[in-house]
Amino acid sequence: MVTAQRAHDLIHALKHYLPTQNPLKDFVHHNTLHAFQHDEFHKAMEKASKIFGYRTYLPLDEYRKLYQEGVINQVFFEKYLAKKFNHDLLNIWREKLLYKTYDESIEEKVGSLREQWKDALKFEIDKVTHPILFRTVCNFLDQGISVWHFPLKNRDFLNAIRELQRLTFIKPFRSKRAEKLLLHKNLNLDELLKIVVEDESLYEHYLFDQQFAHPGWSGMVAVLEENPHLLLDHRKISLEEFIAFELLLEIDALDIKFGEGKWHSAAFYADKNFDKNIIGNITPSELFEIYALWQEIYEWSYYDQVLFGLKVPVEEEQSKIKQVQAILCIDDRECSFRRYIEELIPGSETFGTAGFFNVEFYFQPEHGKFFTKSCPAPVQPNYLIREYEARKRHKTDWHMRKESHGVAGGWLLSHFLGLGSMFRLTKNLFYPSDSPLHVSSFRHMDKYGKLKIEAQNPIKFSQGLQLGFTVDEMTDRIEGLLRSIGLVENFAPLIYVIGHGASSVNNTHYAGYDCGACSGRAGSVNAKVAAYMANHPSVRDQLKRRGIYIPDTTHFIAALHDTTKDEIEFYDEHQIPSDLIEKHQVNKTLFEAALQKNAKERSRRFLMIDSSKTDKEVHEQVKLRALSLFEPRPEWNHATNAICFVGRRSSIKHLFLDRRSFLNSYDYQVDRDGEYLVDILRAVAPVCGGINLEYYFSKVDNHRLGAGTKLPHNVMGLIGVANGMDGDLRTGLPAQMLNIHSPLRLMVIIEQLPALILSALKQHESTYEWFKNNWIHLCALHPETKEIYHFDHQTEEFKAYQPICTSLPVADQLEQIFETDCLDLPVYILKHS
Amino acid sequence: MSIEWLLALFVLLPFVVFFISLFIPERNERYLSRLAFYGTFFHFLVTLFFTGWWVFNGFEQINVKEVALYETDRYVFLIDFYFDKVSAVYLLVGSLITLLIIRYSCYYMHMEPGYKRFFNTVLFFFSAHNLTALSGNFETLFLGWEMLGISSFLLVAFYRERYLPSRNAVKVFSIYRIGDVGIFLAMWGSHHLWHENVTFMKLSNAQLVHEHLLGQSSIGLFISVCLLVAAAAKSAQLPFSAWLPRAMEGPTPSSAIFYGSLSVHFGVFILLRTEHFWGEQPLARIIIALTGLMTTLVAFPISRVQSTIKTQIAYASIAQIGIMFIEIALGLEILALLHFVGNAFLRTYQLLISPSAVAYLIRDMFYHFKPAPHSFEESFSRKVQYSVYWLALREFYLDDLINKVVFYPFKRIGNLLGFIHYRNSFYILIPLIISGILMKIYENILSPEMLHQIPLIFTFIGFVLVLKAFSERTYPRVSVLLVLTNHVLVAIGVSFNDHFDYEHLLIYLSGIVPSALIALVCLNILHKKEPQFFDLKKYYGHIYEHKTLAFIFFVSVLGLMGFPVTPSFIGEDLIFGHIREDQFLLAFFFASSYILSGIALIRVYSRLFHGTHIKNYHAKALKAA
Repeated sequence: MVTAQRAHDLIHALKHYLPTQNPLKDFVHHNTLHAFQHDEFHKAMEKASKIFGYRTYLPLDEYRKLYQEGVINQVFFEKYLAKKFNHDLLNIWREKLLYKTYDESIEEKVGSLREQWKDALKFEIDKVTHPILFRTVCNFLDQGISVWHFPLKNRDFLNAIRELQRLTFIKPFRSKRAEKLLLHKNLNLDELLKIVVEDESLYEHYLFDQQFAHPGWSGMVAVLEENPHLLLDHRKISLEEFIAFELLLEIDALDIKFGEGKWHSAAFYADKNFDKNIIGNITPSELFEIYALWQEIYEWSYYDQVLFGLKVPVEEEQSKIKQVQAILCIDDRECSFRRYIEELIPGSETFGTAGFFNVEFYFQPEHGKFFTKSCPAPVQPNYLIREYEARKRHKTDWHMRKESHGVAGGWLLSHFLGLGSMFRLTKNLFYPSDSPLHVSSFRHMDKYGKLKIEAQNPIKFSQGLQLGFTVDEMTDRIEGLLRSIGLVENFAPLIYVIGHGASSVNNTHYAGYDCGACSGRAGSVNAKVAAYMANHPSVRDQLKRRGIYIPDTTHFIAALHDTTKDEIEFYDEHQIPSDLIEKHQVNKTLFEAALQKNAKERSRRFLMIDSSKTDKEVHEQVKLRALSLFEPRPEWNHATNAICFVGRRSSIKHLFLDRRSFLNSYDYQVDRDGEYLVDILRAVAPVCGGINLEYYFSKVDNHRLGAGTKLPHNVMGLIGVANGMDGDLRTGLPAQMLNIHSPLRLMVIIEQLPALILSALKQHESTYEWFKNNWIHLCALHPETKEIYHFDHQTEEFKAYQPICTSLPVADQLEQIFETDCLDLPVYILKHS
Repeated sequence: MSIEWLLALFVLLPFVVFFISLFIPERNERYLSRLAFYGTFFHFLVTLFFTGWWVFNGFEQINVKEVALYETDRYVFLIDFYFDKVSAVYLLVGSLITLLIIRYSCYYMHMEPGYKRFFNTVLFFFSAHNLTALSGNFETLFLGWEMLGISSFLLVAFYRERYLPSRNAVKVFSIYRIGDVGIFLAMWGSHHLWHENVTFMKLSNAQLVHEHLLGQSSIGLFISVCLLVAAAAKSAQLPFSAWLPRAMEGPTPSSAIFYGSLSVHFGVFILLRTEHFWGEQPLARIIIALTGLMTTLVAFPISRVQSTIKTQIAYASIAQIGIMFIEIALGLEILALLHFVGNAFLRTYQLLISPSAVAYLIRDMFYHFKPAPHSFEESFSRKVQYSVYWLALREFYLDDLINKVVFYPFKRIGNLLGFIHYRNSFYILIPLIISGILMKIYENILSPEMLHQIPLIFTFIGFVLVLKAFSERTYPRVSVLLVLTNHVLVAIGVSFNDHFDYEHLLIYLSGIVPSALIALVCLNILHKKEPQFFDLKKYYGHIYEHKTLAFIFFVSVLGLMGFPVTPSFIGEDLIFGHIREDQFLLAFFFASSYILSGIALIRVYSRLFHGTHIKNYHAKALKAA
């Protein structure tokens, strides 16, 4: 396709704003409104809202209800306002916040040009073009639902359509003009736009209108154009071809309806003073000031408790010598599990870090035909880890077989399988159990399989990837891991490296539940690789030379925590030295007890489970969620996340954070020049910030920025979901992941000197942008004085912050609270810390 | 305990549960789910034991003349139940699947807005299912059939705040309505063939059927074809197939129970139920077999190219039902029944596990990927291959076909009456009615030939008015007024036929007129509140703000379309009874008005109250979502 520069630029601009969600198997959380990230948060919210019609805050009534119900503390509200406004303004703003009525209607810019046009033509053109467009693209991209594949799937999209047009009896395009345009060698987007829109200055507006009528499919095409490897079965498609196809469909429909040359272009009906500039400036309104103010109050009413809690003096720990250490993922779901490990295993200590444990590679399971990435999505690893001597972990389910859709196969299967299906359904309804449909985190890697981790000499490559790591490379990674979490001395005899994954069944968004730092996979392989490296004698020798002495009596054990079922699996247990085996066995039972308590704590949020039963009984019920076909919420995933703490565990251990905090271990003493902090923040901002904002936007506008309710979803070509037969692809998170979520932005609290944080942040422009533009809040906890400094994004400097809150409740009956309270809990001071 | 009592229990129990469920508060999930679960569980147990007992006693057919809803010396409207192996299988399968789906939904629907509405509708559907499966005559069957249609409409439009479900619900309802007219005409035909409300028990008496059909083969064939139309519409056979995939808009379990298993197999049911009747006619057998065969041949390639999981299952199921039609036409009743059971169970389960497809098939691909798998179509020439592929992708243009052939011509005619507005409608409609009444009063001065033509003329005028109501794009109230006028004109017209009883007229209009008045009041209120957003050009979604009004309007619309919420339902049957068998055209117009007025009214309701809310002050979905 030939593209004039103008059209090319338009498409480039368009792509920037379209949703960038991967196909389902590679679902990774990201900031839904990343396109606006170069603006300050609240300004961006108003802009996105007024241009695209998104809801970017809760409705005003909702904030007021939170205030009435006391979720936004009323005393805090007053003090916050008093801090912000002088006496005269205070009353005016209070009045506006609490009582003034606003018209919350949005008249978005996008769509307006086409709307005028369609109204004038009296022709609902999308009703004709959308179904053909969606179905053709879906069939073209389909990864494995259809039995009879798109016949020309190996060509470019538009060439495939051309071939169909040439060779079919009943043709895709029936009007002469559309056919001629399609078959023309130098099909040009400008030419098509000229026919449909006419006025060049309106092209941009028209394209935005057209593509934002179905952002799901357009976004998917744009993503696949950039990253064709996201499909196992590759396709060649570009957004430009997709748009050309849609424009041709429109010309075809209009020519058939009115006759060629007998209808007018979009420009013809556009008002004289129509605002042509779609991404132009918007007029700010008071309503958005009120929204912004409410949102800040809502957020700070929670942050303030945490910040106050951090200042509460804690007793220094008696002994630095530990019996057990565990390194877990930064993930907010490990927040409570870590608390129980520390509580139940004597002499234990936990650390948090991004769950790929600083080892980045592709993983190829045995029998697998492809690789999967096992590190954060932006990282491009050069290594491949292969599995061997593993058991087969995939079984067949006849209900998913293509034969059942044939005539003879369907006949036979309904006679012979029909009763069986009903039996299975009945069984699953009353006694949910494992099945081939179940996605289990433990099946990502075989417990008893082996991995080729160490590179052979000479080094071998496969498809440009190095097979395994050399000793130097391993040492680099382990050193990086240990220094960044501040574990450089006082090694315990047993150190657990615990990755995490999730399990579910009947869950289209399964990849979004696994470890985000492992590109939406379970973290078992990374844990096993990291533990192997850390146990490697040559690596330890090298580490010693670099100043980290791990005693020979220390052994690393890899494990995987299933966050849905609260189960744990340990790897390579046969390699544990005999003198540690007994200790390990004791720990295993303690881990089990910790998991039971963890399940009980989680169960308070599952309304259909009676949390007052014993830990074990509750745990059994929690486990069933992962196996039940009828359970749309196997777990709550990252719902309620609000905080990210980067610092020593001992500085925050005394606070009960209700599974709302990402926890990254970091010791300012080990990182005097902020070198490791830069790396941590480079991961924290996009990973935790991305998770947080995707939850935020999916919650505040579940219809447009989220996927809506998942109950009617239909799987489209294995790459996305839509409602019914002819719906657009739905991006973002479904309502069932969000019911309990409170949309707060992320507050990152770093235990380090403010000046050092600032210089670390500024080293990486795109990381700094998150904070500078206020998409993530930032505070510093001075490690020695315990003073809090808040990063003011306007002046771009840290300012001392005095918490408004003056006391925190002490939790003495946590268990009782778990049994009765199902709402967000305040920050508690834990009693025995 | 008598058998009659038990059979009635099967029908009454779900109704009772349904009624109780209406009064449970919206947010009380626990009570709602328990009521629904234990209600259906009890139903299932009783059904199971009863069927066991019945099998043990040697499959004796049971007919129960239950209640005469209306009785005069010349006419009875009977609710009649019948139990044989077909009813037994449908009853048992229906009860089991409903039980499982309800259990499933208790968890699946947790926290969903509309939780109560979902259970209400499923229970309503379950009542309709039992009524239909146990029906002993056409009247009872029709009652159940209508209820199935409405519950289907409600479940497709479960997410009524979105555009596509709202639109597709109207689409599904329209096709169902075509099916209804089949039953309606079959009912009319059999009135004249048997001169009574014939029971299915009688229909199963081959000797008797044979005697009656002697010399009346054309009416026999007419009834058979009508039954086939009804069956094909309900079971998504050609040419109606395209509605089934479009109905997959509700929560997955509701799609599973409706379109995977129970509702979609009622076409098979009606064929099995009347098999002894059309079975006597070889031509009918051939037509039915051909319908099934054609459907299978068309649905097969369509299902092969589907790239979405639910539509794939839908078309695969349509193909299997096509085979069931063939099996029935070949007289393989037992096989067809087994096939129904198997297909219903299989597709229900497949739909329920459809979200698992992503993980399962991706994993399957990960381990067994073949870059270019061979499909048998590749052995054809490219031209044939691509042509069939494209046709299958476009579903053989079936969706357009029905619109073009059935609805579009009606719309064209209706548009000719574009001069009728809300303001002038009274001046046009009232004189029409008055002239009719005057003619009736001075009946004796009209010539016998004229008298003979009058019923037809009036029904025809009524029909044309309904066409206008159907194609009306601007004035909702005009639509309602036109439908009302149609009913009145039909009543006047038919009253010119011999042996007319004014009481029948009264029964007919007693439900229609008040319903129309209530509907008009509702529309007036809505018009007063939303003058800017009050026409039929778009979907306005007013239910977001006017929930109660929408409910009242919906019920009154049901009354106005002769749905069994008012006595008019019986009246309609009575009026129909007065159409003589030589008045074929009249019957046709009457029946057509009946379908189209139903569609027109549902359209008014949907466009005003369903769809994306027109106001922008709250979050709402895109039109294409």
